[in-house]
Amino acid sequence: MRIIKTLSIICFVALLTTACSDSVPNTRGVYMLMDTSGTYTKELKQAQRVINFILGTLNPGDTFAVARVDTGSFSEKDIVAKVNFDDRPSMANRQKRDFRDKIDQFVKSVKGSSHTDITGGMLQAIEYLNEAGAGHNTVLIFSDLKEDLREGYVRDIPLQLSNFSVVALNVTKLRSDNIDPREYLDRLADWQKKVESGGGQWRVVNDLERLEGILAM
Amino acid sequence: MAASEIFMITSSPVLSGLIWFVIIVTTLFVARTHAHMGIRSLSRVLHNAMRLTANSVMHAEKKLMQRNRDVLMAQGREASERIIEREFDRVDATVRRDLSAYPALHRLLSEEITRIDEDYKDSTEVPPTPPAWVKAVDAVAKIPSVKGDPMVGNVLEDIHHSLIKANTKATEEYRKSSHARHQLLKGMMPQWRKVKQILGQVDKNINSLLVRSVTIDRHMDEYESIVKGSDKSERMLSSSSLTQFFISGLVLAIAIGGAVINFHLIARPMSEMVGGTSQIMGFQINNIAAMVIILVEMAMGIFLMESFRITRLFPIIGALNDKTRIRMVWAFFSMLFFLACVEAGLAFMREILMEDDAAMKALLREGEASAIVGNSYLWITTAAQMGMGFILPFALMFVAIPLESFVQSMRTVLGVVGVASLRGFAWLLRLVGNISRFTGLTIIHIYDLIIFAPLWIEKQIKDKKQPEENNKEFEADKTVNIRGIAQ
Repeated sequence: MRIIKTLSIICFVALLTTACSDSVPNTRGVYMLMDTSGTYTKELKQAQRVINFILGTLNPGDTFAVARVDTGSFSEKDIVAKVNFDDRPSMANRQKRDFRDKIDQFVKSVKGSSHTDITGGMLQAIEYLNEAGAGHNTVLIFSDLKEDLREGYVRDIPLQLSNFSVVALNVTKLRSDNIDPREYLDRLADWQKKVESGGGQWRVVNDLERLEGILAM
Repeated sequence: MAASEIFMITSSPVLSGLIWFVIIVTTLFVARTHAHMGIRSLSRVLHNAMRLTANSVMHAEKKLMQRNRDVLMAQGREASERIIEREFDRVDATVRRDLSAYPALHRLLSEEITRIDEDYKDSTEVPPTPPAWVKAVDAVAKIPSVKGDPMVGNVLEDIHHSLIKANTKATEEYRKSSHARHQLLKGMMPQWRKVKQILGQVDKNINSLLVRSVTIDRHMDEYESIVKGSDKSERMLSSSSLTQFFISGLVLAIAIGGAVINFHLIARPMSEMVGGTSQIMGFQINNIAAMVIILVEMAMGIFLMESFRITRLFPIIGALNDKTRIRMVWAFFSMLFFLACVEAGLAFMREILMEDDAAMKALLREGEASAIVGNSYLWITTAAQMGMGFILPFALMFVAIPLESFVQSMRTVLGVVGVASLRGFAWLLRLVGNISRFTGLTIIHIYDLIIFAPLWIEKQIKDKKQPEENNKEFEADKTVNIRGIAQ
């Protein structure tokens, strides 16, 4: 009788512990911006490689979204594919396959945009990832970082990037950069300043052979 | 005003220092007696406090040692009782198995012996009886006869023929009866062999009992020695306990290795059941679930061993009546079997997940699903994993045996460590006490050294006034100091 009582108490405490404990988010949230403006559409194959690599790296419970950067990127319509991976590994793998198919479809049918609104895309990424509530957030920008806003668009907005890592990928040099490299360096420095002033961490990865550390927690 | 300026009595620092020195020395000289008493008291207080504490610690150490001895003896007594009980069980089993048939064996043996006896009687040689008319012949032969009487000759001739005939017949009969006796003796041989065999079996059984009785005698001697509480048995038990501690610790380490492998086998597929992202106290819930399953399996194993009365960690289970105990055996075995099946299923799931992951990675890396090449030998690893998943819970069941030894021997080991710690602590306390006493004496001497000038002057003055008394006081001081050091 005493054994039954003791076992009952242990079960009750175990259930109470399970019910009351908050799950600490050790999940990752990744939002990738793909530049689809002008000649950069040629780089989308590379972007696809990066996406596949990230899909292979992410675990169940993580969040991943890919959005295009076009004339006005601060919009949910620009999100090409998004997923919150299921807790179960088998289901997560199925979701990864579906995600990959969506990206393949997009890359085949994408059309170049006339302007490049990276800041709008960043704002959308921040909003999405904050909503997802992942433990570690990363924004990947697959672009040459040359912003080209349509007239009337206001993007002089400070970015709230605390607890965010921003990684610029495949920042290609433009023809004008070759004439005056200061333009390229200034462009990178401007973005770094913008990110770090918002409380985020800034990194640049141009060699896509070294993608291993981009989602380091 | 600087702090150093407070001590400047005159403008000259040397003169100020000198004045301060004189003031301090004078003050120390005036307060000498009380200062000495204070220092001496303080050092004595510390010394006595340390000594008392050390005595208390040593007292505790003795009690602990006695307690350890009692526990060791109790454990040894219990172990000896168990061994002797087991030996008696074996003797009982032998008696039940072999000697329970002894009455039947005895009857068989008696029957055989009776039969042999009858056969023997039948086979005894009976001398042929001479014909009844031999005496008549003898009488005829004694009749005085006349030489040449043909009648007597004829009668004797006839008698001679009759005798030859009777002799031939008797010889034939004797041969026949001898043949029958030989046949009977021949028939006795298998019976002799059987008797020999039966007696051999009896001898073997009795010998096994004798061997057991020798073992029991040896264990009884040990038991008596333990009951008497002899030093030899204490040393023997202590040594045995330490050996048990290390051996059972080693086996437990091996079991932990098995549990870790088991954990890795089921932790990943558990995420399919309970999810792989939630955490409790920093640990992933699938890992916790896997660990809980393994611990439950170990608990079931321990209870199963308890129910079999192989271990005695929970006396309440061992004390149950046999019917309930057997029911519990079946209940625990069923649960263990069910968990082993679950583990085998999870091991299979793990293989499927790994294959799925590999396919997914290949797809993402190569971009083509066709890049995955099926491995025809994959079933071997799957079967091995499933086998391990099924076997390991049953293997972990036996962890109860080393666990019991470990727990029992740990009590002794902890006792030994506790005694050693208390001894070390007592030694440290004594050391500190002695250091404080000698430090007090040293401080007194340094004190006197600082005020040596006024002491010397005082002595000179006293010598001039009362040289003899001073000498006595000096001798008394010396004696006190020597005693103080001696203490």
